[in-house]
Amino acid sequence: MIDAYQQKQILNRLSKGLPLCEHPYAELAIDYGVDEAEIINFLKRSLANHTLKRIGAVVNHHKLGYSSNAMVVWNVPDNRVDDIGELLGSQSKVTLCYQRPRKLPDWPYNLFTMIHGKCRQQVLDYLELIVTQNNLQQFQPQALFSTKQYKQTGASYYG
Amino acid sequence: MANAKEKDSHVNSAFSSRKSKLLQQIVELDDLERSLINELQGDLPLVEKPFLAVADKIGSTEQEVIKCLQQLLDKGVITRFGPLFDISKGSGCFSLCALKVPESRISEVTEVVNSFTQVAHNYLRENEWNMWFVLACEDQKVLTETFDNILLQTQCRGINCPKEKEFFIGLYLPV
Repeated sequence: MIDAYQQKQILNRLSKGLPLCEHPYAELAIDYGVDEAEIINFLKRSLANHTLKRIGAVVNHHKLGYSSNAMVVWNVPDNRVDDIGELLGSQSKVTLCYQRPRKLPDWPYNLFTMIHGKCRQQVLDYLELIVTQNNLQQFQPQALFSTKQYKQTGASYYG
Repeated sequence: MANAKEKDSHVNSAFSSRKSKLLQQIVELDDLERSLINELQGDLPLVEKPFLAVADKIGSTEQEVIKCLQQLLDKGVITRFGPLFDISKGSGCFSLCALKVPESRISEVTEVVNSFTQVAHNYLRENEWNMWFVLACEDQKVLTETFDNILLQTQCRGINCPKEKEFFIGLYLPV
């Protein structure tokens, strides 16, 4: 069984990435003196209890040609936030949908979504389709296009 | 028209740095790279030989997949590869914050905001609330202090909007 100290060490090691070799978990197992199966089971448990979101890749969307992204914000009455949040979150072109607090009088919007596209017009087309198909104009969507990315660090993952 | 405007905003910005230009360069991809990128934005099978499993799925070999993945990491197309943890389940406190920065002060304020180690992402967006950044701190107290400190040092109006509920997150960008 992997103890808490080993778990922490393994998580720290994994936060730097999975070893790129035929048996990545066996390589970790050797480094920490545990069995390959124990590492795999530990990760399975972490997936099951949702501390681990997934195992896979994070891409740089600019390098893939997705050079345009807009944070689209919506002003939804409190009693409809759950329905509209679920609805927006289920749209195929919406990559994120969060509820955040309004900051009146500065900021009336309480649902935040992200839409990525290869150019500005594509993002606007996706948005228009979502709005018209679902009759969402009443929630005053505002598209905040990004013009510059100044900083992106790994702080948003684990560590 | 809109496209031309977007292009100009990348080219003409007086505040562009070499780093942000590099971040935005489009990379040409071959067929194997495309398949691998599409596949790995989903889940890597949690098995002893995961790269063999992926290779079988996309019609390649284990060695080719490992080599290609290393190249994509080296080129910065893939920025992270491996287990991705849910930060909100761990220790730590996060929030999306925004500042209303006068156009003439963007460069100066960017420097101040980015000098805080707690600032994880920082994007300029087209809105009167034009600077959007994520704060990542060890607890709520430090986060509030950091936000207040940023307001004090920049003398800008700010909003602090922590996540209240997550409806969906799942970035998938097919290539």
